[in-house]
Amino acid sequence: MKQFFAFVKKEFYHIFRDRRTMIILLAMPVVQIIIFGFALTNEVKNSKIAIWDQSKDAATASLINQLEASRYFEVEQSIHTAKEIESIFQKGEIKLAMILPQHFDEDLRHFNKAQVQLIADASDPNVANTLTNYASAIIMDYQNRITHEKKLPYTITTEMRMLYNPELKGAYNFVPGVMAMVLLLVCTMMTAITIVREKETGTMEVMLVSPANPLRIVIAKAVPYFLLSMVNITTILLLSVFVLDVPVNGSLVLLVGESLLFTLVSLSLGLLISTKAGSQQTALFISLVGLLLPTVMLSGFMFPIENMPLPLRTVSNIVPARWYYSIVKSVMIKGIGLNAVWKETLILSGMLIFFLGLAIKNFKIRLA
Amino acid sequence: MTAVKINNVVKTYGKKKEITALSDISFSVSKGELFGIIGPDGAGKTSLFRILTTLLLADNGNVTVDGFDVVKDYKAIRQRVGYMPGRFSLYQDLSVKENLNFFATIFNTSVEENYELIKDIYSQIEPFKDRKAGKLSGGMKQKLALSCALIHRPSVLFLDEPTTGVDAVSRKEFWEMLKRLKEQGITILVSTPYMDEASMCDRVALIQAGKILSINTPQGIVETFGKKLLAVKSTDMLRLLHDLKQCEEVQDAYPFGEYHHAVMRNDSKELLRSYLEQRGQSFELKEAEPNIEDCFMALMKTS
Repeated sequence: MKQFFAFVKKEFYHIFRDRRTMIILLAMPVVQIIIFGFALTNEVKNSKIAIWDQSKDAATASLINQLEASRYFEVEQSIHTAKEIESIFQKGEIKLAMILPQHFDEDLRHFNKAQVQLIADASDPNVANTLTNYASAIIMDYQNRITHEKKLPYTITTEMRMLYNPELKGAYNFVPGVMAMVLLLVCTMMTAITIVREKETGTMEVMLVSPANPLRIVIAKAVPYFLLSMVNITTILLLSVFVLDVPVNGSLVLLVGESLLFTLVSLSLGLLISTKAGSQQTALFISLVGLLLPTVMLSGFMFPIENMPLPLRTVSNIVPARWYYSIVKSVMIKGIGLNAVWKETLILSGMLIFFLGLAIKNFKIRLA
Repeated sequence: MTAVKINNVVKTYGKKKEITALSDISFSVSKGELFGIIGPDGAGKTSLFRILTTLLLADNGNVTVDGFDVVKDYKAIRQRVGYMPGRFSLYQDLSVKENLNFFATIFNTSVEENYELIKDIYSQIEPFKDRKAGKLSGGMKQKLALSCALIHRPSVLFLDEPTTGVDAVSRKEFWEMLKRLKEQGITILVSTPYMDEASMCDRVALIQAGKILSINTPQGIVETFGKKLLAVKSTDMLRLLHDLKQCEEVQDAYPFGEYHHAVMRNDSKELLRSYLEQRGQSFELKEAEPNIEDCFMALMKTS
């Protein structure tokens, strides 16, 4: 036991004395949360819009006013010719143009029918979609206001409620994703690299010719990373609750418990990689390409898994982060209990046993 | 008593076993002996040391260290041997003291317990005990590595090229340290590419391309040379070497420091003198005492 603590102490020395490791370990979660929280957001706010008002009457003025009053749009410029539309889109600053034809007010009143054209820059389809949706919603709203005065024979009114995330904040989606990413980076990548580094620098050679049990050596190496992950989970949760206003709706104990389980899965993956990789670069490459990329792409955090083609959906099943992401979303955002996430928990436990078993089986007590 | 026994060890690398590192090596080392394994880079010294320290498995043959089999009883061997690899293999970001304490702990001992044994060596680096190991000079690194390898009072000490990359003064000091350790009853196996270090050992094995050329005391090896050896020097050394190689009387010629060494077929110093005089180059000719390097060259060519 004394031996074991000597190893853990030594590993902490390594971590605390290497500034780069410290930055990766402790600053990364904070930076990621802040970047995802404030910079990389797909919410649309104050988007610039161009308007070609050919009618310039009371109705168009009132519609434009309503558009500008919303927090989504900012009327940037008025255009007067069809040619201008092309040129403003080419500049790229404006993503949406609204064209109001001549006699808009008259048409609306006398023919009960007026037209509005929305032209969007669809080079980013998601943004184009969101912008046109918002603009249509505002136009619909305007229409409701004028028809309200007259009684229509048949109407369907839609009442919408956004459950779990009434303000439609992106943070609800990425906090679980960032948690999965950070734990994976810290536990898998750092553990794999630090073990392989000992092989590379030759210290493992000296360690092996000692009474210390080789397996215990590598497990001792994983302990500090396990503890640091706890720190990271705490930081992320504190940041998301107090800075991003993402609440922990479910049981905190369950959330932390599941995070510990995922940490262990990541650590065992790190051990497995370290048994296979011969150099730090290889370990880094396997961790980044083999793990981080699938975690970002296939965990459902960036792209919904339901929309993926079958082969990718199948592959996503073996990505541990997919299950963890789904657990965190359920527990943290939806506030549901273990009875709803037992299947995911079981899958993660199975993965833990499998990866750890494989790592121990592949572990070498000699050099080759 | 035998400390290390090696029987018919074969070690190959590569998928098709195409690279032979050790071919059929056998020898044994007695308890308390200072045994040198001498050979150039790539001769198989490190492979042999790794087999002895249970880090590699031999393809064939069997090896015992302190009576324990390196394959079956590897755990027992790892308890009792000290190993210092060729590359500096301590933690560079840990201080001298931290490194030593760490190694003492993993060998289930403490620095105080065996301080007597390492005092001689460690006292020289003790003034720098709070310095990071990575910031030590080559000679100091090596003293630290030796202290760490000795901290648990091993019965057999394996030192793989401990003096490579170390300055001449530190090398001399190092060998003196080894002699004192030997007096403590520790069996020491040391490998080196420097032929001049052979004379510091009780016995040496000359190794080349995975084969043992000779095993003897340094004195014994020199005595088996049995040929006349001459040293020649001139202003145009390149031409001189060429001339020497063309002379019928000369069996072998090679550069040796500021001289060329010529191994003669017969005891015929004067024949060589007249041959070189005919060549019309001013030269200096004298008799030379063969040393280990001369023997190594001769053995290498006959094998």
